[in-house]
Amino acid sequence: MKPLRRIVFSLVALGAAVSIPARAAEPSADEIVRRSLETFYYAGNDMRAKVQMKLINPQGKVREREMTMLRINLGKSGDQRYYIYFHGPADVKSTSFLVWKYPAKEDDRWIYVPALRLVKRIAADDKRSSFVGSDFTYEDVSGRDLDDESHALLRKEDLGGRPAYVVESKPKAAADSSRRVSWIDAERWLPLKEEYFDARNEPSRTFTADKVEQKGKYWTVTARGMKNLQSGHRTEVVFREVEYDVGLKQDIFTERYLRDAPSQWVR
Amino acid sequence: MIAAMNRVARAAAIMAVASLILAPSFAAGTEGVAWDGFVQSHAAGRLHQVNCPPETACDFPAAELRVQLKAEGKNSSGSAGFLGRFDLVRDAAIDDTRLVTRELFADWFSEKATARLGRQIITWGVGDLLFINDTFPKDSVALFTGQPIQYLKLGSDALKLNAFPGAANLELIIADFRPDNTPTSRRFVFVDPLPPGLPRRTVEPGHRAGELEISGRISGYLDNWELAGYFSHTHFRNPALRAAGDEVVGTFPRLNTIGASLTAPIGKGVLNLEAGYYDSREDRDGRDPSIENSQLRGLIGYSRQLWEDATLGLQLYGEWMRDYAAYRETLPAGFPAKDRLRKVATVRFTHLFAHQTLTFNFFAFLGLSEEDRYLIPSLRYAFSDNLWAEVGANLFGGKRSGMFGSLQDNSNVYLTVRYAF
Repeated sequence: MKPLRRIVFSLVALGAAVSIPARAAEPSADEIVRRSLETFYYAGNDMRAKVQMKLINPQGKVREREMTMLRINLGKSGDQRYYIYFHGPADVKSTSFLVWKYPAKEDDRWIYVPALRLVKRIAADDKRSSFVGSDFTYEDVSGRDLDDESHALLRKEDLGGRPAYVVESKPKAAADSSRRVSWIDAERWLPLKEEYFDARNEPSRTFTADKVEQKGKYWTVTARGMKNLQSGHRTEVVFREVEYDVGLKQDIFTERYLRDAPSQWVR
Repeated sequence: MIAAMNRVARAAAIMAVASLILAPSFAAGTEGVAWDGFVQSHAAGRLHQVNCPPETACDFPAAELRVQLKAEGKNSSGSAGFLGRFDLVRDAAIDDTRLVTRELFADWFSEKATARLGRQIITWGVGDLLFINDTFPKDSVALFTGQPIQYLKLGSDALKLNAFPGAANLELIIADFRPDNTPTSRRFVFVDPLPPGLPRRTVEPGHRAGELEISGRISGYLDNWELAGYFSHTHFRNPALRAAGDEVVGTFPRLNTIGASLTAPIGKGVLNLEAGYYDSREDRDGRDPSIENSQLRGLIGYSRQLWEDATLGLQLYGEWMRDYAAYRETLPAGFPAKDRLRKVATVRFTHLFAHQTLTFNFFAFLGLSEEDRYLIPSLRYAFSDNLWAEVGANLFGGKRSGMFGSLQDNSNVYLTVRYAF
């Protein structure tokens, strides 16, 4: 984690130095997105949170998922591990997910099916597919790679009383989305709002950070939403009991704890 | 009957011991006991008109109402826990009502080791509906009648010990014998090559210390590959039937297995490899036609996502018989001869729709050697977090001499509705 942060900061410094002649104070779009990804997905050395997800269909019918999420950062490479345990609903209770995330290649992903006491590795070529039926993708949950997209700073404006950089990001490779416009808090570096556009450049999804709080040393989006503008389906997520730097060990993110939830952290 | 009573008595004894050991842990404080469960109705209707024997559930090989109650708890320090899962089943197909202990175990956890004692489901290996190194009890009746997949495995009455020295995960299981639940004439129609009309009985292995089953597994990661090695000192769980005087007696011969598996991300998918050697200890020269010969088994599988919410999995599986000449020489007249290498391919295609509330699944066993097949299409819809329904079919076909083809009078469609609470 520390080396990564050092790299990020030195790049920020480098970018600032390079851009001095043009715009004295504004960081480049890449730096803004880099700091935003760093703040949103990498805060602390580790994190624990209780996550409540509401999946709401256009008719207003609600399905709920209650999870514990554990995350650890593995240092300079930007590798991370995620552990997600489902407390409910009853039919998926005790199911757990393990993700070994690598910035530069496909993630490794496992699921534990409690009824069969079976750990199964799942093909992970689906960063953009839905996370447990929600409007969030796996990528939205565990982060995307800075270099997958090219970024352009459109403007700086206030959003909901916060100063924000407005950045447009376009995928470098062919994708089912054409671009994303992000409002990134110019002081706290968290995304405040994101608009996604599909391949035909029609608005497809909107992300909103509905509540931002300081948890320990870190600004954290504790309530967020994602709405599918084409289907009307939406997902609301609340993070409770958010704690950073609690001392998670790497061995929690292995098959052993996929089978038997670590009771110190999963309550 | 006596065996069943023995089993109940043994299970009770194990739980009594477990609760004595657990009591001090829980006296120190519990986090409370969590209860949940479900009500489920399940029925399977035979697809074709078949002349069933009088004792067979002919039109509906499965028709049941089931209530499951699950209780689990941990002590406040997280060092001990328990889980109980009980099914009360009203089985209209065979006019039976029974209480089934699916699982009932106690757990101890520590930093470097864990132990689990009691009835527990254990699943090993990397195959999809194909098992090589997983020699634990299974329920093919549940599979063939379309029960939810959790009913594919039966619990073992066992002590499971895990140790975690460094990077490896060691697992040792000491289990009492439990047979598979295999098709019988109560629900299934098939040709039986043994003399009809003779009374039948099965003799289960005794439960003396020397007859316990011991299985072990060592597993670990090599970068992001997963490797595992396995052994089992166990029994065949299908009875070896032979006519003995004026009756047919089924026994469960000794079996030793040893094997290994590998799982690795390759390309945009996941590769699975598994192999194992089945040492048929009571028929080492392969000349006893009632006992399975020694075999080498292997599978290779690959699964990957095709597009969003759609996954395809393919497997090739083979069983190679060691003493084939002895098998052919001693095979009694009237029994279909197997190939030396029995090959099976499987296909699984899964597609999720409507925010993963609607699931289409298709699984096929294709007998490449025996020229038969077993197809399982299904469609499940989750009406809410609590309520889902699934319709599907179990379609057997091909040559009647094959393992799947021999079941073709049992093709069925099924409907399952579950309300979870």
